[in-house]
Amino acid sequence: MLHIVVCIKQVPDSREIRIDPKTNTLIRQGVPAIVNYFDLHGLEEALRIKDEHGARVTVVTMGPPSAEKALKLCVSMGADEGVLVSDRAFAGADTLATSYVVALTVQKAEQEWGPVDLVFCGKQTLDGDTGQVGPGVACRLDIEQLTYVEKVEHLDPKTREIIVHRHLEDGVERVKAKLPVLITALTELNEPRRASLPGVIRGTRYQPVVWTTNDFEDIDRSKIGLRGSPTIVSKTWVPDPRAVNTKVLEDESTDAAANHLLDELLATDLPQKLGWVKEAVSVG
Amino acid sequence: MADERFDAIVVGAGPAGTAAAYTMAKAGLKVALVERGEFPGAKNLFGGVLYRQQLEELIPEWWKEAPLERTIVEQRLWMLGEDSVVTLGHRNEKYKSPPNCWTGLRVKFDPWFASKAEQAGALPIYETVVTELLMQGDQVVKGIRTDRDDGELEANITIVADGVNSLLGKQLGVHREWRPHEVSLAVKEVIGLSKQAIQDRFNLDANEGCTIEIVGQTCGMAGLGFLYTNQDTLSLGVGVMVNDLKKHRVKPYEVLDGLKQHPMIKKLIEGGEVREYSGHLIPEGGFNSIPPLAGNGWMICGDAAQMVNAVHREGTNLAVTSGRLAGEVAIAAHKAGDFSLRTLSAYNDAIRASIIHKDLKKYRGLHGLLAYENSEKLFNQLPQAVNDAVYEMLLVDGKPKKTKQKQAFRQLKDASGGHNMDLLRLGIKGWRAMNG
Repeated sequence: MLHIVVCIKQVPDSREIRIDPKTNTLIRQGVPAIVNYFDLHGLEEALRIKDEHGARVTVVTMGPPSAEKALKLCVSMGADEGVLVSDRAFAGADTLATSYVVALTVQKAEQEWGPVDLVFCGKQTLDGDTGQVGPGVACRLDIEQLTYVEKVEHLDPKTREIIVHRHLEDGVERVKAKLPVLITALTELNEPRRASLPGVIRGTRYQPVVWTTNDFEDIDRSKIGLRGSPTIVSKTWVPDPRAVNTKVLEDESTDAAANHLLDELLATDLPQKLGWVKEAVSVG
Repeated sequence: MADERFDAIVVGAGPAGTAAAYTMAKAGLKVALVERGEFPGAKNLFGGVLYRQQLEELIPEWWKEAPLERTIVEQRLWMLGEDSVVTLGHRNEKYKSPPNCWTGLRVKFDPWFASKAEQAGALPIYETVVTELLMQGDQVVKGIRTDRDDGELEANITIVADGVNSLLGKQLGVHREWRPHEVSLAVKEVIGLSKQAIQDRFNLDANEGCTIEIVGQTCGMAGLGFLYTNQDTLSLGVGVMVNDLKKHRVKPYEVLDGLKQHPMIKKLIEGGEVREYSGHLIPEGGFNSIPPLAGNGWMICGDAAQMVNAVHREGTNLAVTSGRLAGEVAIAAHKAGDFSLRTLSAYNDAIRASIIHKDLKKYRGLHGLLAYENSEKLFNQLPQAVNDAVYEMLLVDGKPKKTKQKQAFRQLKDASGGHNMDLLRLGIKGWRAMNG
C-alpha cells in the first residue's frame, strides 16, 4: 500500500492579522489559528489517492502543542495518523532548520509506518510566504520535487509513475516522474472535503503522536531551532498605504450624482485605457 | 451513519445545551454536544449580564475561573426624555461579596462553559448543523441527522437546545413560528473604549461594573435599551418588539443609532470604536408561550422553549437551570432504562416546580401589556412626561410648588390618556403585569 506523508503548518488566520505599527511585526495574539490552506489542498489530494488506490496517510507538523488541533482536523478529514513534532529546542527555526526537522520526521515516519511514496506540502505558508520548506525537504530526502502542482493527472502505483501539471509563470508544464516524489500544492489542485460525521467523532477523540528531539536518534542539534537558522531579518517595514485622492460627490439626486460620476470618469484617461475611444479627443 | 450510539445527544452548545451536557457527562453518560457555530458562542448574543446563583448549582465557584468582565456593583434605570433623563439606581458594596452578577461576553463565556462539559467527558461536535430529528414512527425521537456526510447519529435521548428559532422544535410540533408580538429583535454594539475612560465615566474601580437599563426614546415602540460596562468595551443595545418594528417601519439599527445620538449616551460612548455589531431574536412570550417540554426520547430547553424573563434579563439563567434539570431527568431515565414520556415528563414537573416557572408565571401578563398597550404612550409619552414633570418640579421660576405639583400630575395624566382613570388603569395594568 502507498504511504503518503502530508506536511502541514498551523498559521494565524491571515484574514484577521494586523501589524503592530511600533515593532512592525505580526500581532499573533488573539488571532485564530487555522491550517495553512495550501496544505489542506495537499491533504485532499493525498486523501483522493487513498480513496482511489488505497494508501496510508500520515500528517506531520512542527509547532507548539496547540497545533494538535490542526492534526485532529486532518484526521477528521481522513488521515490515518497525525504527528506533532514539538520541542522548545525547535523554536525560532527558519526555513533551513525547519526543512531539516521535517525531513527527519518523514524519515522517522518511514521507519514507523513503512517506505514513503509521496510527500505533499503546500506551495507556501500564509505567514512566511517563502515557499522554501517543500523544496528543502525534497533536497534533504534526495527525492524528485514537483512544485506548484495544479493537477495530478495520473498515478499508477504499479509502474510507480505520476503525471502532474505544474503551473508556471509562462505556462503549464506536464511532467512525468517516478515515485517517490515531493509535491507542493496550489489551491487549484482540488477542493478540500468537509469531514464526515464519523470523521469528526474520530478526529475529536484522536490523540496525535508527539515526537520531541529525544525521539530523533541522530539529530544534529546545531541544525535545529534558532542555532540552526542562519537567516537574519535585518529590517521589516510596512509599506505606506498608497495615497489615493478621494473626492466625495454631493449632488441633489442619485441621478445627478451618477451623471456627475460619469463625467468625472470620462474626463480621466480611463476610457482610452479601456479601449472605449480609439484616440484621445483633442480639444480646439 | 456513525456506528456508535450515545446515551444522549444535545443539540446546541449555548448555556442550556452545555448545562445539560455537563450534568449528564459528569454522571458518566456518553454524551455528544453538537453545535452549528465554529465554536460555542460564535452564533450567540445576549445583553451581557451573568448571575452567580444558578450556575453555582452546577459548578461551585464557577466565577473564579470563568472569563468575566466586571462585577456589577451598580444598576441604574434611566427614563429618557428627548434631551433629558430621570435616573433611578442602586449601588451597594455588598454586591461585591458575594458577587451577585457580572457583565460578560458570550464569545468568551460560552467556549469556557463548553470546555467544562468537554472536560467532564462530553464529545464536542462543532461546525455541524442538525437538520432534523430521526423519528421512529411519528412519536419517538431516536437521534439526529446532520449536514455532514454519513451524518446520522443515534441516542436514547435527544435534548433540543437550538435557540430561539428552534428548527427542531418546529419539527416536533411544539414550536410554531413566533408571532411578531411574541419576539423582540435585539441589536447590540460592542464599543471599544479604554479601561480608564470607562472607569472615569461610570465612576468605577478596576473590576467594578455598572448596568443601565433604558426606557424611552425607542421611536415610540415597545422596547428597552441597555448600556453595560465590560473591561475595555461597552455593550450598548436595544430590543424592540417585532410587531412594533413592523408597524412603524423602523429598522432596529435606526433605533440604536438614535440612542447613540442621545446627549446622555453620546457623552458616555464618545471616542469609542465599534468593535462588533450583532442582532438576535429574543423570545418575549414568556409563560404564555412555553411549549410542551418533553416527549418520547426528547426534551427541550432554554430559548428554544421560550424561557426568557423579559423583565429581569435572565435568559441565560433560565437556560442554565432548564438545561441542568433536563440533564438530571436524563440521568434518572438512563438509570431506569426508560426513555419514554412516562419518565421524561418528570422534566415538565421539575420546570413547573422551579423558579423559572414561578418567575415566568408572575410576569405572564407583561407580554400582553407590551404587545397590546399603546406603546407610543408607554415608551415615549410617559417617559417624556416624567422628565417634563421632574424638570418643572426642580426648576425655580417663581411659581409656587403646589401649582407645580398640580401641573406635573396633569402632564402625567395627559400622557396616559387624559383622564384620572386612565392613569390609574395604566398603573393597575402595569402592576398586574408585574405581580399578577
